[in-house]
Amino acid sequence: MNPDLVKMIFGRLNLEALPIHEPILVGTFAVVATGGLALFAIVTYFRLWTYLWREWFTTVDHKRIGIMYMILGIVMLLRGFADALMMRLQQAIAFGGSDGYLPAHHYDQIFTAHGVIMIFFVAMPLVTGLMNYVVPLQIGARDVSFPFLNNFSFWMTVGGAVLVMMSLFVGEFARTGWLAYPPLSNIGYSPDVGVDYYIWGLQVAGVGTTLSGINLICTIVKLRAPGMTMMKMPVFTWTSLCTNVLIVASFPVLTAVLALLSLDRYVGTNFFTNDFGGNPMMYVNLIWIWGHPEVYILVLPAFGIFSEVTATFSGKRLFGYTSMVYATVVITILSYLVWLHHFFTMGSGASVNSFFGITTMIISIPTGAKMFNWLFTMYRGRIRFELPMMWTVAFMLTFVIGGMTGVLLAVPPADFVLHNSLFLIAHFHNVIIGGVLFGLFAGINYWFPKAFGFRLDPFWGKLSFWFWVSGFYFAFMPLYVLGLMGVTRRLRVFDDPSLQIWFIIAGFGAFLILLGIVAMLVQFAVSILRREQLKDTTGDPWNARTLEWATSSPPPDYNFAFTPVVYDNDAWWDMKRRGYRRPLTGFKPIHMPSNTGTGIILAGFATVMGFGLIWYIWWLAAVSFVALLAVAIGHTFNYHRDFHIPTDEVVRTEDARTRVLAAGAQT
Amino acid sequence: MSVAIITTQDSEPVFHVIDEHDHPEGASTMLGFWIYLMSDCLIFAMLFATYGVLGGNYAAGPAPKDLFDLKLVALNTTMLLLSSITYGFAMLTMEKSRIGATQAWLAITGLFGLAFLGIELTEFAHMIHEGATPQRSAFLSSFFTLVGTHGLHVTFGLLWLVTLMVQTARFGLTEANRRRLMCLSMFWHFLDVVWIGVFTFVYLLGMLR
Amino acid sequence: MTKEAHAIEPNAGGHGHAAHGGASHGSLQSYLIGFGLSVVLTAVPFWLVMTGAIADKQVTALIVLVLAAVQIVVHMVYFLHMNTRSENGWTMMAMIFTVIMVVIGLTGSLWVMHHLNVNMMPLHDMSQMP
Repeated sequence: MNPDLVKMIFGRLNLEALPIHEPILVGTFAVVATGGLALFAIVTYFRLWTYLWREWFTTVDHKRIGIMYMILGIVMLLRGFADALMMRLQQAIAFGGSDGYLPAHHYDQIFTAHGVIMIFFVAMPLVTGLMNYVVPLQIGARDVSFPFLNNFSFWMTVGGAVLVMMSLFVGEFARTGWLAYPPLSNIGYSPDVGVDYYIWGLQVAGVGTTLSGINLICTIVKLRAPGMTMMKMPVFTWTSLCTNVLIVASFPVLTAVLALLSLDRYVGTNFFTNDFGGNPMMYVNLIWIWGHPEVYILVLPAFGIFSEVTATFSGKRLFGYTSMVYATVVITILSYLVWLHHFFTMGSGASVNSFFGITTMIISIPTGAKMFNWLFTMYRGRIRFELPMMWTVAFMLTFVIGGMTGVLLAVPPADFVLHNSLFLIAHFHNVIIGGVLFGLFAGINYWFPKAFGFRLDPFWGKLSFWFWVSGFYFAFMPLYVLGLMGVTRRLRVFDDPSLQIWFIIAGFGAFLILLGIVAMLVQFAVSILRREQLKDTTGDPWNARTLEWATSSPPPDYNFAFTPVVYDNDAWWDMKRRGYRRPLTGFKPIHMPSNTGTGIILAGFATVMGFGLIWYIWWLAAVSFVALLAVAIGHTFNYHRDFHIPTDEVVRTEDARTRVLAAGAQT
Repeated sequence: MSVAIITTQDSEPVFHVIDEHDHPEGASTMLGFWIYLMSDCLIFAMLFATYGVLGGNYAAGPAPKDLFDLKLVALNTTMLLLSSITYGFAMLTMEKSRIGATQAWLAITGLFGLAFLGIELTEFAHMIHEGATPQRSAFLSSFFTLVGTHGLHVTFGLLWLVTLMVQTARFGLTEANRRRLMCLSMFWHFLDVVWIGVFTFVYLLGMLR
Repeated sequence: MTKEAHAIEPNAGGHGHAAHGGASHGSLQSYLIGFGLSVVLTAVPFWLVMTGAIADKQVTALIVLVLAAVQIVVHMVYFLHMNTRSENGWTMMAMIFTVIMVVIGLTGSLWVMHHLNVNMMPLHDMSQMP
């Protein structure tokens, strides 16, 4: 066939893009393909496709979208962790002339993919999922402000994840590190598709993240229950609000900087090149204007979770609610004033470096204030060490260590020694695992009974907890030591045999974390099997304080049959204390948004467009872009976007709950 | 509030809204769209920052003085300003529910927008013809990207304008269409504000450099 | 008691508000005032730069920048109908926050990159580091 024609149809995609000569990838592909086929077969056999499409894929219900975000995050966690395990193994054995088992170009893709996946497709979906699920319930709303947009945002995030996963088997991923600094990421040094996968994966997912940020801000601002003033909002809602403000104010920066990088790569402009006046340092500057707020985007909701959990399991009102809120707001603003601490060593000089060093140290003050608030909440409280509380205590211990090493790194002269060393790696894993991930696990254990109507199994949960926590310390404390000895990040082989023992300990830690993840999956399975024993009939299994526990577990589609009226910032606690009685009559039809498949179709076209752009299949990109526009415009002509849940259905749902509650009260 | 709680302690407190109304559809749209515009504003801010940092790197290529024709820019600015006031008139007639006048003003706005794009593309074509391509220097890369992104926004605005004119023709000035026209109004005026930044920061200050 | 619930309502965001949450549309008069002002505020800087009426370029630049800032405010008030009341002040709040972010991003980038340029360009006397 005419090679020009082939090139026009397939761009740079050819059979060599399939990694058939790499045994590790072929093996992975075999496992993934078998698993995928099995899943496909099961769904087809049980005729679940229609159900999935009607009830889940096209849903606009914030609760279901939240759950789908969580599933996405957990699936991607497995991928991201597999990368981590491979890196640990490589570094533990690549000593004394051994090359390890990973060739350089594979190893480099792994550490890049690990970072990208863990931040964008594990932490972000898990955080967004929890916010999506919990915030509307906490503020007494029926759904988010823009339910269709919510569905679209989710599928865009999935689209980005699909592109990143696709790079495993079709072509390759970036070999540039997770922020893809130029000039390495420019076309001259990375001519392959790797960086393009990176760019379009993040751009597609980034649209979803920004839109979901706007959506949740509007939800919190506009849909709060009557009586819930700003200073009566639950702390998790507050931290969610600040996180979404950060998302909306920082993801555009990422979009812009990635767009400039792609112009450099596709059009040949000179933003971040070394010649014609380009300046690669500008990329580093811009991407960290996004990058630092991103850290707080992840950790603020975790702070909110800890606040809810500590108050609930200490049986006390949260200590210093007002200071907690102000600390959150201060962190939100300050997080924009510290970005340069990621590149102290780039040569800004003393005045700039000291300004950003000082702002970085200042940001630890509100964080410290929060820590004391949690401690004082626990002080003289009747603490119940259930799983969420255990994760919280583990967080408090671990996060303080991470915070301390962070302040240490904020001192520019110290950073000159430790920059890009394993000390830094240990530091940010210490805050992200110890802060964000532990927070998410606390949140998952805390809100799971709300979402599904039964608790998670405590035995396997505790097993997972101890494996995770001890595994974390085994895996990352050695990296502090290695970093202080001057070992830099992203190395594939080592010469000095005296270092090996630390890497072996770190590898052992990673193995413990593996057991922790396995135990967590078993915990989910066991809990589903034992769901009758673990059932929660009350809707309030923890004797909690905020509004989401006022409704049934799982909540009905409409969340609340009547919109609650709020008098106190622990609204549900206040209701319980003052003898709240559930209304049993007077139900009315409830106005709800209708499901729509437009979101998944739009995101599908966006993903295909990304694929076309990555492989230079221009016709595909153009066609899918036009289709995207056409579907979006077509959607504006759809005027059937809402319906009413009829009164008798509300009555039926509420009567069923009345019976369940009565039965629960007798036993 | 605590006082209120004490006083209501004896009487039965009310914990839910009894006579509830449906949420009007799109009650959050204006705020949501405004927040979207703010995020778009940050994209432009980053492009401005890039232009500010790289705008002086001519790489021995042409400088603003060699390229910019302020008369053309003034003409272009006039087009955009006129389109702004005509969109304003469209909104005023929409308030009075005069569909025909609204459509006419929208069409005029669209024509001014089209003229703006035409002039901008002429300018670009001229520059590229002279060898001042986006690839020539970091200054030109950031110039074309900043001004081009604004132009791209205007293009999408036009597409949206046509869509809304079709919507209005088919369904009239319904609540939904009014809301959409107001969103586009915000979008259109927002692009004006960005253009003020562009002609000041890029063209006028560029000529002074 | 229902009375109390009602009294609280306006505090709680958008409950029961109509679609435009009190956003004003402006009148013909305000549009024309805005248009007139923006024509003047556009014409003056163009005239200043095109004719070189003020010899000192720095002074011209400063005036041009100030006029641009004023024109942005004019557009915000007369065309975008910004005020402290619409959406209970949330639009204003969002805008102030954005302005702060834009200022931080712009000035910060310029400051940082200026220092990097000064320090990292070759043939530079390092003793003069800022």
